[in-house]
Amino acid sequence: MDSVSIIGMISVITAGLTIAIGSIGPALAEGRAVAQALSAIAQQPDESATITRTLFVGLAMIESTAIYCFVVTMILIFANPFWDHAIAAAGG
Amino acid sequence: MTISPDSVVYFQWGIFSLNATLVFTWVVMAILTLTSWLVTRRISDNPDISRWQNLLEVLVTGIRDQIAQVSHQQPGNYLPFVGTLFLFIAMANLLNVVPGYLAPTGSLSTTTALAICVFIAVPVFGIASKGAGSYLGRYLQPTWFMLPFNIIGEISRTVALAVRLYGNIMSGTVIVGILLSLTPYFFPVVMQLLGLLTGMIQAYIFAVLAMVYIASATSVYEKAEDPDQADTLSSDQ
Repeated sequence: MDSVSIIGMISVITAGLTIAIGSIGPALAEGRAVAQALSAIAQQPDESATITRTLFVGLAMIESTAIYCFVVTMILIFANPFWDHAIAAAGG
Repeated sequence: MTISPDSVVYFQWGIFSLNATLVFTWVVMAILTLTSWLVTRRISDNPDISRWQNLLEVLVTGIRDQIAQVSHQQPGNYLPFVGTLFLFIAMANLLNVVPGYLAPTGSLSTTTALAICVFIAVPVFGIASKGAGSYLGRYLQPTWFMLPFNIIGEISRTVALAVRLYGNIMSGTVIVGILLSLTPYFFPVVMQLLGLLTGMIQAYIFAVLAMVYIASATSVYEKAEDPDQADTLSSDQ
């Protein structure tokens, strides 16, 4: 296999692993956050506006972890710097 | 596959290139400005108001209420900045339903610019309300040793603000693009609707986070420096 195929193969495998592992943590965290917020609303329905707002902000914070993984995946597949370098070095 | 509207160039003149991000940013700004101008031109305080004025009043009072609830302060000072951020991002994401439109928030340059606005606005509001010494003193809390970490925290939350908005909008665009080539007709429409929801939530979250950062810069040391409270604290001990 030439270097471009190896770089392509490793990029795709790493991209899949990144998004797979990187979505586990945020998924668990979001589930826990929503469960806690629901039980908090069940105990104190009057405070549901504040709890919901805080929940959304917290979810956005957690979600950004998954988004970082997604951005890294997109860079690996569509904008891989090693890929460009290898193609340029091969004179392609 | 284009993962950023930056790469769509409409017009090139020397080193200046007019890409889709710039074009659609101006489109969004033009829509917001024109609508506001047209509505506020014939503004009235009768009970009998036009629909557009009603819409604008609902938006402004809604944003004022949200700012007041998040910051526990009068919203007047923060309304222009936070409201503009929210309306711009919301309109930029909402226009995604128009065919051929590329959301400028799907480009890292736009979201970085917005995050830098917040990065500058936080100390500006903080110094305006607390004074330079008192504001800059918070970087030395709890000890002078924490100074570099406070500065890193300031920068990293700006980066997080930019990457979060960019990642969300970009992921929506890319996933719809991939689905269009795999399963056209129905499924991309559902993902588009999901993208609209995410877009509105992200606009809300960007505005709320900007408000939270500004509120933490303007209000935290009010309590600590309040002489009455300091008296009660010392008398308690």
